[in-house]
Amino acid sequence: MDAAKGDTEDRAVANIQERVIEIIAEQMGVSKDQVSSETSFVNDLGADSLDQVELVMELEEEFDITIPDEQAEHIQTVGQAVKYIEEHSS
Amino acid sequence: MVITGMAVLTALGSDLKSFWHSLCDGRSGIGPIDLFDTSDYKTRFGGQIKDFDSTPIIDARDQKRLDRFAKFAVVAAAHAVDDSGIDFGAENPSRAGVIIGTGVGGLWEIEDAHKKLARGPDRLSPIMIPRMMANSAPGELSKRYGIQGPTWAVSTACASASNAIGDAFRAIQRGDVDIMLTGGSEAAITPLSLGGFSAMRALSQRNDTPTEASRPFSRDRDGFVLSEGAGIVILEEYEHARARDAKIYAEILGFGSTSDAYHTVKPDPEGRGAANAMRTALFDAGVTPGHIDYVNAHGTSTPPGDLAETVALKSVYKERATDGLSISSTKSQLGHLLGASGGVETVVTVLSLYYGVLPPTINLNDPDPECNLDYVPHTAREIPARYAMSNSFGFGGHNATMVLCALDGIPRRYAQQAA
Repeated sequence: MDAAKGDTEDRAVANIQERVIEIIAEQMGVSKDQVSSETSFVNDLGADSLDQVELVMELEEEFDITIPDEQAEHIQTVGQAVKYIEEHSS
Repeated sequence: MVITGMAVLTALGSDLKSFWHSLCDGRSGIGPIDLFDTSDYKTRFGGQIKDFDSTPIIDARDQKRLDRFAKFAVVAAAHAVDDSGIDFGAENPSRAGVIIGTGVGGLWEIEDAHKKLARGPDRLSPIMIPRMMANSAPGELSKRYGIQGPTWAVSTACASASNAIGDAFRAIQRGDVDIMLTGGSEAAITPLSLGGFSAMRALSQRNDTPTEASRPFSRDRDGFVLSEGAGIVILEEYEHARARDAKIYAEILGFGSTSDAYHTVKPDPEGRGAANAMRTALFDAGVTPGHIDYVNAHGTSTPPGDLAETVALKSVYKERATDGLSISSTKSQLGHLLGASGGVETVVTVLSLYYGVLPPTINLNDPDPECNLDYVPHTAREIPARYAMSNSFGFGGHNATMVLCALDGIPRRYAQQAA
């Protein structure tokens, strides 16, 4: 992998993470600096089951992907959401 | 049973004092609707609350969980609780309750969700149901204040808030609770609602003169003016209020609730159901028509409604109807808040007794010859009113009437017991 391509990929990931953080902050009513890659929706932000479903739907909408319920269960942190989106967005 | 806290959210103001002054000055809160594009509608004005800001009271997360109507209820309730000085944290949680009326509930949410449904059922939000439920307002308030006694929603169209307050009155009277947070909330200036009421030919179409459109008891009245908002009161058992040295506005003496059993939406032209509600409330209050100084009429400005109410008033009040009884419809200034109207009008009736001023019926330049009672036209009237009545009638034939009493130091009922 050449350096230039790696940079682009890093930027793409950073961009996804930024958008995910923006959505989560907005959804949970917290400021963006309270949300990082390690932030857990339930443990850190107090999300309940309704929030979790809503979050997944917001991510589906934003990134134009479909996250099946059985996959959604495993998305518990910002990092996990970013990883899933990276792997599944076209 | 006494009222110890009150709040309104209306197109004419949401601060109790400035609202009251605007009302007594005969100002109108009606103007163009800008909540959505109304250019295709026959009616393009209403009593919209401009610049509604709930952020000081509802945090960012709850903003997403509540429909506009529930936000109105939460904000008005917060102001009423402040006004009453009650600290629910210091009260027995199972001795307090919440009953809130609404005609339709979360209509904005239903309309927004329906747009999403067009893209498939999987696009519906998991928070859609909790946002649209008519009982979301009392549920949210119970949660906010830790209130664990009876809580429910009442839906009797435009009588909803009055029926809610009536239910709350009975809950305290039965001894179930000491405090009730009650009233009504409505946010039904929506595309569906405006279109639907237009289709019924229920709305005034005076688009060029919106402030003059709501003209109850006028010869040329052409329908009601659609408004939104909330009216919330704190009802409290008298000894409970006295024990905490609460400010007491007025006493609720009696309540009556009846039905027309006549037509889907038209009132009985003989006003029999409405008259029965008034008689029942008077009997419940233990007062006669001769005692009543002021009636805050339902008076929506529809041709059949105002006439039926006038006929009913005449049949109940007989000679008193034309001898010393002042009647006004504050819908002339506020428009019709549907399921919230009885809440706002209870506040108005209480303030009339509290300040000894009766707000006018504005726009009554050319009275309907068949509506020939004293409707306090144009200007407020200073009268040391002691007993007052508030009427609310709803599509479906629901009638709800309340009788209230001013206080001279202590409520009349307790004064009688003491004597």
